[in-house]
Amino acid sequence: MLKTFKADLHIHTCLSPCGDLKMTPQKIINQVLTNNIDIIAICDHNSAENVPALVKAAKGKEVVVLPGMEICSREEIHILALFENLETVFEMQAKVYEKLHGKNNPDVFGLQVVGNEFDEVLGFNDKLLIGAVDLAIEEIVNRVHKLGGLAIASHIDRESYSVIGQLGFIPISLEFDALEISTRLSYAEARKKFPEYQNYTFIQNSDAHMLDDIGKCTTEFWIENPTFEEIRKALKNEDDRRINA
Amino acid sequence: MKLKELTKKLSLIIRCGENTLDTEITGGYVSDLLSDVINNAQKGDVWVTMQVHVNIVAVAVLKEVAAIIIVQGREPNEDTLKKAKEENIPILVSKLPAFQLVGKLYESGIGKT
Repeated sequence: MLKTFKADLHIHTCLSPCGDLKMTPQKIINQVLTNNIDIIAICDHNSAENVPALVKAAKGKEVVVLPGMEICSREEIHILALFENLETVFEMQAKVYEKLHGKNNPDVFGLQVVGNEFDEVLGFNDKLLIGAVDLAIEEIVNRVHKLGGLAIASHIDRESYSVIGQLGFIPISLEFDALEISTRLSYAEARKKFPEYQNYTFIQNSDAHMLDDIGKCTTEFWIENPTFEEIRKALKNEDDRRINA
Repeated sequence: MKLKELTKKLSLIIRCGENTLDTEITGGYVSDLLSDVINNAQKGDVWVTMQVHVNIVAVAVLKEVAAIIIVQGREPNEDTLKKAKEENIPILVSKLPAFQLVGKLYESGIGKT
């Protein structure tokens, strides 16, 4: 039986330098439950180190946590990379770390806190997570697909760090599974603004960096169960699965 | 050359950092990719860019650039300006495209070896 599931597939944690320090596993899950969101994806900048804590914090609760990352390409384009399990997200992270240079300066960019499911601090990530990974966008999208993941162009309506902002248009060679629009516009406005991208599936997320932002915008999935595979089908409009938009 | 002198010479509009105009400029860098600026700009450079979002301030602080010059008559975002005031980073605006502005900077002796 198909039904509607509410998803916010772009949430940052205290691991992102720009993420509020209150964005801890317990607090995020509580906020998600308060907002009746069924599925979330954790997408910190160039890292997935807080994903396990979020998965554990959600155990036994009415919410599914998908492992993800928001990867910043060589061209400084942000891509949401979603994966089915921890194993594949960390395989992607290993590649990202290999190509990510520089050290974080917490005074300038902010702290990068790694925590556990009880909101205890395990340590600090010292990589320059705000930086760009030395991989071309095509290569990132292809790697994500090779690992069975989904590649979604982040906030395409924004000027900074978006594929259209950085490249001027979306090259045909990029096989995005969906395009994300920011909280600044509606689906209708997005369709009007981007008529040339009608064939893509549009989704909308909060891109939350603070607790209050969680669920500000969500995507309604018309699917059977809140699973990665069902979401993949909905983005591709397979087996009657779709996005309600 | 001091920032004050340069501002006059190139008719730059000061958006913030009026109190830092005595800063000495020792070079220049032009780029719109923040990761490139992080890797290659030098302390004391004027940084010429089209970018207007708040992260340019963090990069400017990190690299200790003398000032950010935004070209093409673009204006810094509100949060960018607020952050620049907090961090005491001068932001100047020019109506010229980057190519013309960099030419004038070079003519003025900035970055000539």
